Amino acid sequence: MATADEIRELMRTEGAAIAENTQGFNAGRYDSVGDLEDYEDLKRAARSIKEDAIAELPELLDQLTETVEANGGTVYIADDAADANEYIREVADERAADRVVKSKSMTSEEIEVNEALEADGVDVVETDLGEWVLQVADEAPSHIVAPAIHKSRESIATLFNERFDPDEPLETAEELTHFAREKLGEQITDAEVGITGANFIAADTGTMALVTSEGNARKTVAATDTHVAVAGVEKVIPTVADLHPFIELIGRSGTGQDITSYVSLLTPPVDTPVVDFTDDETPLSEFDSERDFHLVLIDNGRLEMRDDEQLRETLYCIRCSACSNSCANFQSVGGHAFGGETYSGGIATGWEAGIEGLDVAEEFNDLCTGCTRCVNACPVGIDIPWINTVVRDRINRDKDTPGEWLVDGLTPDEEDDGAPLQKRFFGNFETVAKLGSATAPVSNWLADTTLARQTMSRVLGIDPRRDLPTFERETLVDWAAARDSQVDDPERRAVLYPDLYTNHVQVERGKAAVKVLESLGVDVVVPPAPSSGRAPFSQGMVATATDHAERVTEALAPHIQDGRDVVVIEPSDHAMFTREYERLIDESAFADIAANSYEVFEYVFGLLDNGAAVDSLSTVEGAEIAYHSHCQQRTLGLEAHTVAVLEECGYDVVTSDVECCGMAGSFGYKSDYYELSMDVGDRLRTQLRDDGVQDRPVVASGTSCLEQIDALLERQPSHPIELLAT
Amino acid sequence: MESKRASFEGSLEALGVSVSSTPESELEAAVTEAVTEPAVGIGLDETVGDEAFSLAETPVTVDPTPVGLREATTGVTGAELGVGDYGSLVLTMTEQASELVSLFVERHVAILHEEDIQPDMDAAVAELDERFTETNGSAIIATGPSATADMGALVKGAHGPKEVHVIIVEEAA
Repeated sequence: MATADEIRELMRTEGAAIAENTQGFNAGRYDSVGDLEDYEDLKRAARSIKEDAIAELPELLDQLTETVEANGGTVYIADDAADANEYIREVADERAADRVVKSKSMTSEEIEVNEALEADGVDVVETDLGEWVLQVADEAPSHIVAPAIHKSRESIATLFNERFDPDEPLETAEELTHFAREKLGEQITDAEVGITGANFIAADTGTMALVTSEGNARKTVAATDTHVAVAGVEKVIPTVADLHPFIELIGRSGTGQDITSYVSLLTPPVDTPVVDFTDDETPLSEFDSERDFHLVLIDNGRLEMRDDEQLRETLYCIRCSACSNSCANFQSVGGHAFGGETYSGGIATGWEAGIEGLDVAEEFNDLCTGCTRCVNACPVGIDIPWINTVVRDRINRDKDTPGEWLVDGLTPDEEDDGAPLQKRFFGNFETVAKLGSATAPVSNWLADTTLARQTMSRVLGIDPRRDLPTFERETLVDWAAARDSQVDDPERRAVLYPDLYTNHVQVERGKAAVKVLESLGVDVVVPPAPSSGRAPFSQGMVATATDHAERVTEALAPHIQDGRDVVVIEPSDHAMFTREYERLIDESAFADIAANSYEVFEYVFGLLDNGAAVDSLSTVEGAEIAYHSHCQQRTLGLEAHTVAVLEECGYDVVTSDVECCGMAGSFGYKSDYYELSMDVGDRLRTQLRDDGVQDRPVVASGTSCLEQIDALLERQPSHPIELLAT
Repeated sequence: MESKRASFEGSLEALGVSVSSTPESELEAAVTEAVTEPAVGIGLDETVGDEAFSLAETPVTVDPTPVGLREATTGVTGAELGVGDYGSLVLTMTEQASELVSLFVERHVAILHEEDIQPDMDAAVAELDERFTETNGSAIIATGPSATADMGALVKGAHGPKEVHVIIVEEAA
């Protein structure tokens, strides 16, 4: 696992370049897909093609083998990296190759074919400029699409000037690019074997698609007479026609380009003549086009992933990098912290767990906060946070049960096989909160003492720089129980879900919600209910989360049957009810709660839309306010409701558009991640301090967001529902 | 037809690709105007599918040697299809070495029949699917010049051409 020191060092050395580039790609993605009329249809089509292809993979592999062989090529299905490398070495040996040129492919990174060939004395040259920079610098990729994204122009210029000592020192991006073009151009025309990856391979014709912008893949294939294409077995799709949605989506999703400069559709061996580039006598067309083609398809754990109900979706991944670019943590640290042996970013957990094993996946898996910002970004609809949760759960279960006295006393160990101490603390935060309220204000005073902070830091890894929640003596449920309904002839009836924080810590926002709903003619009850299970879910404690989910649905079911709507204040809990519970509880229980749950502003919006009078709320005339929505709320498309209601109440609203505040539940509490959390938060702070925003009061929907903003700004934020209560 | 062409030209402009158009009878003049010498190319029999046309009256060396190719500034080839909404060109890979001529130069001049402009990528891929099923062919969907951002800023002409010019051959009236 990346330590606080390693993270700090990466943020210092690589953070600025990574932030600029990933945020640029991400902004480009929003622009580019925004122009696409049938974006959602294309995504559905892409996913459906991958789903079917993985389901029929063995048959497609047979068909592809037949087709490629009929075309005059060879197919080799390699069990693992060693098997693949042995085959490729033989091909290079038979061709008596001194030099192999290679076009960027993550699969060849996965098997480390360069090292295998170099051991035989073969000169392997990367032709993608980013990969070549890394080869010269002897560094590993930090991003699956733009491998050298962490390097600035200045650092590349220094590297080239030191290494190649050109007549005139290289300085501009153009000089560096043209220097590389010349240097690599000579090496490409001088090589015997060309290795490429393959983004997609159509089984019906043996046509592969290579998506590039530089033209190096084309040169690698055209200038050599032996082509080795290396790809995972999951890259096979049925037909050339199936390429359509991917061609539309891959560039937009990754770098924000509508399409990359070259999509090469090769049905090797290709017809282009093999020429001797030093020949000054023979016309091009008189060279023959005798070429060898080898398709090396690599299993390396993929067929087992196909049989794994939870990891299977990883195989739908088209390596576009949208999950990396949209990830707030990745934007700060890049793939050198947020990655395994080969793959990086959100989806890397699935890949590394399947290909390398849980120990490799564990090293960076914690950097996924489960914020779900990548979910809508993924062009094939992979639920990446769920894969991360599953892997986290498996890692937890792989560990020895820690028998620490403190947490065992504080938090019942509901997870049989035991998660690590810190995870169990946050995962069982319900118990902490109950105890906290019951013993407030003593618990608040105790939590604030230096000794307690040091103990929590040492034993639980809770960063002492972070303020802890202050528990209220009277919970929301107690307050509501002691109070009569204010509505005589209700328009609707609702049950307000008392989430952990609202019930124990942010009781005021709960009271405000009850008053707002009553003002709009809703009869409200606030019964005791278990916490949603969000906390254990985030820690990969799936059994505990499932237990919570079952108890919550049991607690709310009678109210739903009684005709009450479920209103939820905390967006991450609302997301549990309408999204994550689908993974945890049976279909009908999920359907019931999902269909009847509303985020509080979504509900208020609906009431106003159906004729409730806005005058019964606290309204203003043009008061300026800044609003930060919540990650899961945005994923569910619910940000607009809050903005619309605030505007209807007379507010002039400015919204933040950074991917995330950086807190994401307990993430920012952890000592190892505190500084990363604050670095991500800095982007939000900058927006909230912009001209025209700096004097606006700040409201935010999520508990964690509120805590983070409280830490980032002088201005104390509040929940927007508190503005509406009379 | 007019709207497909207008959309195609608009997309090319957005990519920084220049366009000219000509009737078939004046193609040689259009090619002469579009190239920067030294120029090499692929015979028009392959490019426009009619052996009656030649590049004889142009400065283009047809079917050059490899060294001639490496020394050339401009490469002239045909394009099989155009894609209206993206401004993409579909370049085929043939035994005439059109792939080499379109790739190893700084300026690529592509000759495209107006009737080969497809409205969108869906139509273009459907067309390619049909052709590939018959011929097991290969093609490059080329959109604008080659480019990279790996050196810290967007630079055109990474490995392939840094300029692209399209000559649209108009249908006879």
